[in-house]
Amino acid sequence: MDPMIRLILAQGMLGLNNGVFYAMLSLGLAVIFGLLNVVNFAHGALYMLGAFLALIMYSYVGQWIGMADLHIGFWPALILAPILVACFGMLIERFLLRRLYKLDPIYSLLLTFGITLVLQGLFINFFNASGTPYPGMPESMKGVTNLGFMMFPKYRLFVIVFSIVVCFVTWFVIERTRIGARLRAGTENPELVKAFGINVPLMVMLTFGFGTGLAGLAGVLAAPIYSVSPLMGANLIIVIFAVVVIGGMGSIAGAVITGFSLGLIEGVTKVFYAPAANTVIFLLMVIVLLVRPSGLFGRQG
Amino acid sequence: MSTETMIKPMLKIENLHAWYGESHVLHGINLELGEGQLITLLGRNGAGRSTTLRSIMGMVDRREGSIKINGEEFLTKPTHKISPDARIGYCPEERGIFASLNVEENLMLPPSVGEGGMSVEELFEMFPNLANVRKRMGTRLSGGEQQMLAIARILRTGSRLLLLDEITEGLAPVIVKTLGRVIRDLKSRGYTIVLVEQNFRFAAPLADRHYVIEHGEVIDVIEADQVEASMDRLNHYLSV
Repeated sequence: MDPMIRLILAQGMLGLNNGVFYAMLSLGLAVIFGLLNVVNFAHGALYMLGAFLALIMYSYVGQWIGMADLHIGFWPALILAPILVACFGMLIERFLLRRLYKLDPIYSLLLTFGITLVLQGLFINFFNASGTPYPGMPESMKGVTNLGFMMFPKYRLFVIVFSIVVCFVTWFVIERTRIGARLRAGTENPELVKAFGINVPLMVMLTFGFGTGLAGLAGVLAAPIYSVSPLMGANLIIVIFAVVVIGGMGSIAGAVITGFSLGLIEGVTKVFYAPAANTVIFLLMVIVLLVRPSGLFGRQG
Repeated sequence: MSTETMIKPMLKIENLHAWYGESHVLHGINLELGEGQLITLLGRNGAGRSTTLRSIMGMVDRREGSIKINGEEFLTKPTHKISPDARIGYCPEERGIFASLNVEENLMLPPSVGEGGMSVEELFEMFPNLANVRKRMGTRLSGGEQQMLAIARILRTGSRLLLLDEITEGLAPVIVKTLGRVIRDLKSRGYTIVLVEQNFRFAAPLADRHYVIEHGEVIDVIEADQVEASMDRLNHYLSV
């Protein structure tokens, strides 16, 4: 294989690996924005919370309950941590956000920004700010796989495939099922959906829980790759908002496709001019804002 | 007294007041209809007819008074309990078709509220136009198709009390005629119906009783058999 093509493919794979996190996080944001009209600034903090929960389950829970040998591993964490984050999200929705729906959306944005600061502050206080490696990577996921053009870590391959499945299932549920139809209808005219006998406040709470659960899931997936740090979400959320601006707020498929593509673009940019890799997304954002302000997949007007 | 005392009252509204924010829209509506009856709410735009229906559905900011359905008080129920508990089907002003849902999804959206709802096949038989556009999105339907879908949607759920708001508005005469046939058919099947209508010629042959609403109050009640004798009054009420 031509070394240049090989390099592009390899960087593309690594970029895709970042792209899955962009996709999953912007997907959660899109789901929440679509139904609640809330820009959930706390999304990055909830991603961080998911990663920390995985770390805590592995390294601390055993000590706390006096069973030092107990390590709740990656696979249970992959299920438990997103559920816990979703529950936390639902509490935020039920007791805080719900009070703000009648006000300007800026209030819910400020609230979620505040929650971000509180969560970050708490974790910086109790853990170190610089980050802790996650020690619970499952044995079966260690090592590499030969993709033909590169040796790729097994775990990262798993993350890519798993995330694609999660994104596809989410898209399918929202766009192709009865439950999804209720969500879409609730986005358009919640009053009428309520009058039809659907418990919209409950649906909103569960949707917020689901969106935040996706952030928690992404956090658990990220834990073995990046170090678990209180600021991991803050660093990512800026890129995620750029992704959302490029894709367009509120489009499910748009969020997913844009997330994966931008990861890919970022990766491939490294081949040609590495220093630009960190800024290419923001450059694209500027172009999209100038040419198509509602985003590539956004609803016009 | 007329028929209403003989028939079991299904819907009984007493001294209903309603507010949107600070604005007091209904000022003590009283009306009553028996099972299987059809009444119309007549009046000018902004008189409070649609708000009366929205108040029954719990879609106003605040309500006072009493709304009894089959003897049960519904004023204090949360909005999402009203339709299932009272078996009401509501067809809102401007039809309320969801743009991001296709015909089938719109049709299947409201949850079932009781036994005896029509099957999708029966509905497509009743509204053959819809059968050809099953997968079309809500926005891409004509006004007539949207209206038929809005009615079909509530017949699927097993509702027995239908609240229909301005179903003929903006539709071609031939479609209005079809809707007239549909309403007559529904009445003969025993549905209880409240019709908000501008088009008196459409409503007159269908109704058992007409309520004229002005400034959020019922100002006149005209039984079907008195319509001809009351034409002058009616013309006065409905003239713009």
